[in-house]
Amino acid sequence: MTINNGKMKNIYLYARFERLWHWLQTLLIIILLLTGFEVNGAFTLFGFRTAVEVHNFVGLTWLIAFAFFVFWIFTTGEWRQYIPTTKKMISVVRYYMYGIFRGELHPVPKRKEAKHNPLQRIVYLILAAILLPVQMVTGFLYWGYNSWGDWGLSWLSLQVVALIHIAGAFAILSFVVVHVYMITTGHTIFAHTRAMITGWEEVADEASVGDWEYKTKAKTA
Amino acid sequence: MEITEKKHPLLIYIVLFAFGLMLMPAIAAAAGSKDEQAPGRSMAQQATKSKKLWRTSDHAKHKVLQKDFASGAELTQACISCHSEAETQFHKTIHWTWLADPAEENRQYGKAGNSLNNFCISTNKTVDAGCLSCHPGWGNTKESAVNCLVCHSQTKMNFDEAITDIKGFLEEGDDESKEIAREIQAELRDAAQNLGLPARQNCGSCHFFGGGGDGVKHGDLDTSLVKPSKTLDVHMGVDGQNFTCTRCHTTTLHNISGRVYTQPAATDRKSLVEDDLTNKITCESCHTDQPHKSGQKMNEHTDKVACQSCHIPDFARVNPTKMSWDWAKSGKLKDGKKFKTKDEFGKFDYMSIKGQMKWAKNVKPEYHWYNGVIKSVTASDKIDPAGTVKVSWPVGDRQDANSRIYPFKVHIGNQPYDKMHQTLLMPLLSGKQGYWNHLDWDTALSVGQASMDLPFSGEFDFVETAYVFPITHMVAPKAKSLSCTECHSKTDSRLAHLKGFYMPGRDVSKILNFAGWGAVLASLIGVLIHALGRFLSRGNGKNRKED
Repeated sequence: MTINNGKMKNIYLYARFERLWHWLQTLLIIILLLTGFEVNGAFTLFGFRTAVEVHNFVGLTWLIAFAFFVFWIFTTGEWRQYIPTTKKMISVVRYYMYGIFRGELHPVPKRKEAKHNPLQRIVYLILAAILLPVQMVTGFLYWGYNSWGDWGLSWLSLQVVALIHIAGAFAILSFVVVHVYMITTGHTIFAHTRAMITGWEEVADEASVGDWEYKTKAKTA
Repeated sequence: MEITEKKHPLLIYIVLFAFGLMLMPAIAAAAGSKDEQAPGRSMAQQATKSKKLWRTSDHAKHKVLQKDFASGAELTQACISCHSEAETQFHKTIHWTWLADPAEENRQYGKAGNSLNNFCISTNKTVDAGCLSCHPGWGNTKESAVNCLVCHSQTKMNFDEAITDIKGFLEEGDDESKEIAREIQAELRDAAQNLGLPARQNCGSCHFFGGGGDGVKHGDLDTSLVKPSKTLDVHMGVDGQNFTCTRCHTTTLHNISGRVYTQPAATDRKSLVEDDLTNKITCESCHTDQPHKSGQKMNEHTDKVACQSCHIPDFARVNPTKMSWDWAKSGKLKDGKKFKTKDEFGKFDYMSIKGQMKWAKNVKPEYHWYNGVIKSVTASDKIDPAGTVKVSWPVGDRQDANSRIYPFKVHIGNQPYDKMHQTLLMPLLSGKQGYWNHLDWDTALSVGQASMDLPFSGEFDFVETAYVFPITHMVAPKAKSLSCTECHSKTDSRLAHLKGFYMPGRDVSKILNFAGWGAVLASLIGVLIHALGRFLSRGNGKNRKED
């Protein structure tokens, strides 16, 4: 990649908690996918019993950890980073479909106030607000199957809960595939990965790109 | 304000690493520590910790037992001279009457009534004297005195034979015969003084031979349990707890718990924790219904899966058991004579008098929903010969709170039925008029039905039948209990045939899995094409920038 022609600057994009959260969640998701698909019968890795026990434990761990994330995102105001927008959406889509092959600059460089591009916003919102909670709720119900009677949930069908949970797992796995690829599309292959480890991201230092999302900027300023 | 200094990330790595380390012991704990003992085991050990029985009586010192007995009745008289109520009590038990549930009088359940099986079929209301060798009275009649020794003598001996021999030799009258008679009498006297609660050998003298031979009927009861290893039966193993039958089959007034016929062996699922006087016939009596280490998923299975289902991986693990019996193939002769052939186990797989039979070892049980009740067809019940007739079958349903998945031996028979009356037929087998003597079905069936006071049209054929035995003995050590995937498996689940509920690992939605993996694959192909595009177009960007 050749756009690094001296007009770059380092910004501190991801706070310590954010990075910790990201990598912890990475670990949890990988373990859950491996053990979950083993229970589903896709392969044998840990052995069914270990897979179930680890999956249950890690699932519950995630459920608790997620509460900290929700707390963090609301107390810091970072939740605004997830407000979906259509602004620049077309240009971002056009960039990934076409411009990236032409060596063009990303139409929406990362800023502290807007670390997600419009495409990321909508995808991460769906992930954090819908997909993960659905997985957690169905997972918790699945785990608590024996208590459904006590919880007044005898009308629930384990099959329905299980199938939603499995469908969610496929969605998350597909996300992981695309996500792992997309993080290689920075100005260098590992630029985005480095940013999520150190917190610091190198971005194009162009004032002109700025003001694409004034709403967020105004509120967090 | 713009911060442009890079911060050292070491701290982050340490925190992440520490977090990972913190997870490890928690995961290990979730998998269960090996040192801690399961509560169900502790409970059972407490319930059985006083192993030694203490006695206040030495039967060898009782004068009444120190004489020569000339008949069985004399011996019984000696017993009841002290145990005055024993015989009266025993006369009321199913062990004596061979009749179950007198309440259902018109059905006449019980082997002395209208009950039947697909082995030797029926006792013909005990007209078939061959069956009475297991009746706990003296000689082969139902009218004689109770033979207390069969169940209570700790000496292994054929008591009926001893009495017959004593009589015979005394009648001979010469000195030598009298001497022999005295010797047998001495042996019998010793046996009569060597008393105790029934041991495995006592119960086994009948129950290990049900169906006319070792291990024929039950599959989980045969002579291998006289002196079993711990591996064969973790409770009865002589190298372990060495339980006798009555350790679990607790007894009130000579009524022995554990009979499964028309009523469950236990109606309540109660442990000694909840009721210290409950009978000990169920696993849960001693082990409770939450026997595994806390937090283990197995504890959440006990509401729907009986302990036996996982803890008895297969039955007939030492001696073979009979799996099928085809009466229709009986009656063949070789050179005009009855003959027998043996199978790989040295068991008869063909007998002219019985037909074709199949034996098996290490048999995986069949699993069915079961609430403790066995529904059976009696000699007077109409059958439908179109399919396999379920002569006995477990009652239960997934929706029934009292039903659990339970292991069974299913014995398949092919036996005669009346084509006109649509009932199973009860041939007489032993004796002069019996089938085994003349191999003539018409005679055997006419005489047999007449003995039952049941009609026979003269037109008969054979019908396939099934007969079940709940598997509850031969509990293996915990290391040999079933692993999850014996049932939670897509390909060879032991519960493959149990429908109507979702079982993780066994049940998958093919459509969902196809669509799901399709989506994952599509994502993968999509990013690979995109990556290839980026790789191939690297030159484009460079050129443009340099322009």
